[in-house]
Amino acid sequence: MDPTPFIGLSAILFTIGCIGVLVRRNAIVIFMCVELMLNASNLALVTFARVHGNLDGQVAAFFVMVVAAAEVVVGLAIIMTIFRTRRSASVDDASLLKY
Amino acid sequence: MTSSSASLFPRLAEEGGHAVPVIHQVPADGVFALLWVIIALPALGAAIILLGGGNRTKGFAHLLGCATVLGSFAISLVSFFALLGRDETDRSVGQFLWTWVDAGSFRADMALLYDPLSALFLLLITGVGSLIHLYSIGYMEHDERRARFFGYLNLFVAAMLMLVLSDNYLGVFLGWEGVGLASYLLIGFWQHKPSAAVAAKKAFVVNRVGDIGMALGTMLVFATFGTVAFAPVSEVAGEAPTATMTALGLLFLLAACGKSAQVPLQSWLLDAMEGPTPVSALIHAATMVTAGVYLVVRSNFIYDYTEVAQTAVVVVGTVTLLWGAIIGCAKDDIKKALAGSTMSQIGYMMLAAGLGPYGYAFAIFHLLTHGFFKANMFLGAGSVMHAMNDDVDMRHYGALQKAVPVTFLTFAMGYLAIIGFPGFSGFWSKDKIIEASFGESTLVGLCALVGAGITAFYMTRVMLMTFFGQKRWEEGVHPHESPKIMTVPLIVLAALSVLGGLLLFGDFVTDWLTPAVGAVAHHELAFAPWVFSLIVTVVVAVGVTIAWLTVGRNEVPRTAPQNVSFVTRAARADLYGDALNEELLMRPGDRFVTGLVGFDDKGVDGVVNGTGTAFAGMSGTFRKLQTGYVRSYALSVLSGAVLVVVALLAVNLT
Repeated sequence: MDPTPFIGLSAILFTIGCIGVLVRRNAIVIFMCVELMLNASNLALVTFARVHGNLDGQVAAFFVMVVAAAEVVVGLAIIMTIFRTRRSASVDDASLLKY
Repeated sequence: MTSSSASLFPRLAEEGGHAVPVIHQVPADGVFALLWVIIALPALGAAIILLGGGNRTKGFAHLLGCATVLGSFAISLVSFFALLGRDETDRSVGQFLWTWVDAGSFRADMALLYDPLSALFLLLITGVGSLIHLYSIGYMEHDERRARFFGYLNLFVAAMLMLVLSDNYLGVFLGWEGVGLASYLLIGFWQHKPSAAVAAKKAFVVNRVGDIGMALGTMLVFATFGTVAFAPVSEVAGEAPTATMTALGLLFLLAACGKSAQVPLQSWLLDAMEGPTPVSALIHAATMVTAGVYLVVRSNFIYDYTEVAQTAVVVVGTVTLLWGAIIGCAKDDIKKALAGSTMSQIGYMMLAAGLGPYGYAFAIFHLLTHGFFKANMFLGAGSVMHAMNDDVDMRHYGALQKAVPVTFLTFAMGYLAIIGFPGFSGFWSKDKIIEASFGESTLVGLCALVGAGITAFYMTRVMLMTFFGQKRWEEGVHPHESPKIMTVPLIVLAALSVLGGLLLFGDFVTDWLTPAVGAVAHHELAFAPWVFSLIVTVVVAVGVTIAWLTVGRNEVPRTAPQNVSFVTRAARADLYGDALNEELLMRPGDRFVTGLVGFDDKGVDGVVNGTGTAFAGMSGTFRKLQTGYVRSYALSVLSGAVLVVVALLAVNLT
C-alpha cells in the first residue's frame, strides 16, 4: 500500500486546522479547527499502523478520540459560559489574563 | 620532672654563666594535698553569691566572701611554713587534678605548681585580699549591690590564685582571662555612671591587645616544645633557638604590658579608678596589675636565653616608671595620682625582672612591699573619700590629719614606705632595684634614680594636699574617721608597710626564691651598697623638699590653675597617651571602617541592588509579550513546534 495520498491528505487537513486556529476569532470555529488537527493526526496514525502492520497506531488513534471527546465536553462548556457572560464568542475579547 | 638524682642546677646557660633553674616537681602530700582548696574556696564563694542572686544572699554574702578568702589565707600560711621546712631541692610541689584538654598531641592538665614563687604570691593575694575584703564590708555598707560586689571580689581572688598556682601556660591563661573579666566587672561596678561603664570597656579592650600576646605566646610554646607545662619546658628551654626565645619573650612582654599597664598599653589604668576604691586597692594596685611581673619572672627559663627580650623588658619598665611618675605629679584626683604611682612602681618591678636572675628576686620583693604599702594607701584614700562624701579632688581636701587621725597615720606609713624613707619597706626594695639597674647600665640606673626623686615629689604633694595646709572643704562636709572594720585593715597594712623590709633580712627573700628563679653572683658595683643608699636617700630628700617648696609653703588653689607649663598640661592629659592611641589607632580604624561601610553601601549593595533592578526592568519589557490574545500564544506554540521540526530535520538530513 502506498501511504503517500493518506499522509498528504493528513498534512493538508492539519495545515487547514492550524491556519484556522491562527486566523479565526470565533471560539467555536477555533475549536472545530483543533478537532480537525486532531483528526488529521489520527489519519496519519492509522496510515502508519497499516503500513507497519501492527496495532500501535490504531490504539493511539483511539486514545486521541477519547481525549478529544473529553476536551469537547469541557471546552464547549467553557465557551458557553464565556458567551453567556460576554454575549460574544470572540477569543480576542477574552483577553483579560494579560500583563 | 620525676628524676630523683637531678641536681638543682643541671646546666649552665651559655652566656653569663648563671644557672637557669629547672623545675622538679615532687608530689603533693600532707598539707599540700589541700592546694586545690585554696582556689576552690573563693570560687565556691563566688558561685554561691553570683548564682544565688544578690537578694537571696544579701544577708550573708559579705561574711561568706571574707570567710572563703580567710580560709584560703589560712591554708596558704600553713603551706608556706610547710614549704619552709623542706629541703631547697624539693620546694616545688606539683598537684595533678585532672586532664583538662587532651586532643591529639596537645595535652594540658589542670595541675598546680606550688613553689617559693607561687607561695609568696599566695600569701600576698589571700593576705592582702582578706584585709581588703574586710575593709569592703565597711566601705560598701550602704551599697544596695554589696552582695554582688563580694561575689565579684571572690571571683577575682579565685582567678588570681589560678593564675599563680597553675603549672602550665594554659592554666595561667585561664586565670589571666578570669582576672581580666573580674577587673572589667568591678571597674564598671557602678555601671549607672557612664564614665565607669566606658572605663570598664576601655580596660577590657586594651587588655585584649595584651591577651593576644599571651595567647600567641602559649601557642608558640606548644609549637616549640610540644607542651605548655612549665616543668618540661624549663628542662629543654636551653635547646630552643634564640630567635624563638626572643619571639616568646616579646609576646609575653606584650601580655605583661597589657595586664600590668606598662607603656604602650598603660592608658586603661588611670580610668580604671572609676571602680570602687577597694577594687583599686586589690586589683589595680596590689595583685592583678602585678600579674605581668609574675609572668616574666615565672618565664625566667625563657628570658634567661634571650637578651633582646630582656632588654625590651628593661626599656618598657624604665619608660613606664618615669611615665607613671610624671603623670602622678599633675593629678588632682587622689586615686589617679596613686594610679600613676602604681604604674611607676610596676615599672620598677619590670625593670628589675628584665635584669635577669639578678633582678627577679628584687622584682618580687618590691612587688610584695608595694602590695602592702599601695593597698594601704588606696584603702587610706578610700577612707578619706568616705570622710569627704566621696569627693576625690585633693584640692577640696587639706588639714585632714586631725579629722581622720588613724587614716592619716596609716597613710603616712605607706607614704614613707613608697618614697623609700630609710628603714621602711620601700627603702629596701627600691634601693635594691636601683642598685641592680646601675649594675646593668648607668643610663637605666639614672632613670630609676630620677624616678625615685619624682616619686618622693608627687607622694609628698599628695600627702601635703590631703592632710596638711588649709581646709578647702566643700560646704556641708564634716569629715569623720571610718569605722573599725575599715581602720583595722589599714593598721595591719601600715604595719606591713613598715616591716616589709624584714623579708630581706639575711637575704631571706633572694635565697628563698633561688630555687624558682635562679641565682647569680652579684654585680661588681662602682660604689659600696651603702653609698647607693645614701645617694638614693639624698635624691628622695630633694624630691620631698621641692614638693614642700612648691606645694606645702603656698596656698593650694581650689580649682586647678590653667596657666601652667607645657609639662604640667601634658602630665594632666596622661602624657597624651589617650590622644596618641586615638590618633594612631582609633582614628585610622575609624577611617578604615568608614571606608568599609562606604564600600559595602556603594559597592556590594550596588551590585546586589543593580542586579535586582536589571531583572525588574527586563521583566517589565518581557511581560508585554503576554498579550492575553489566545491566537498569539497559538502562533508562538506553532513557531516552537516548527523550530523543533526544522531542527530534527536538519540533524537527520546531515
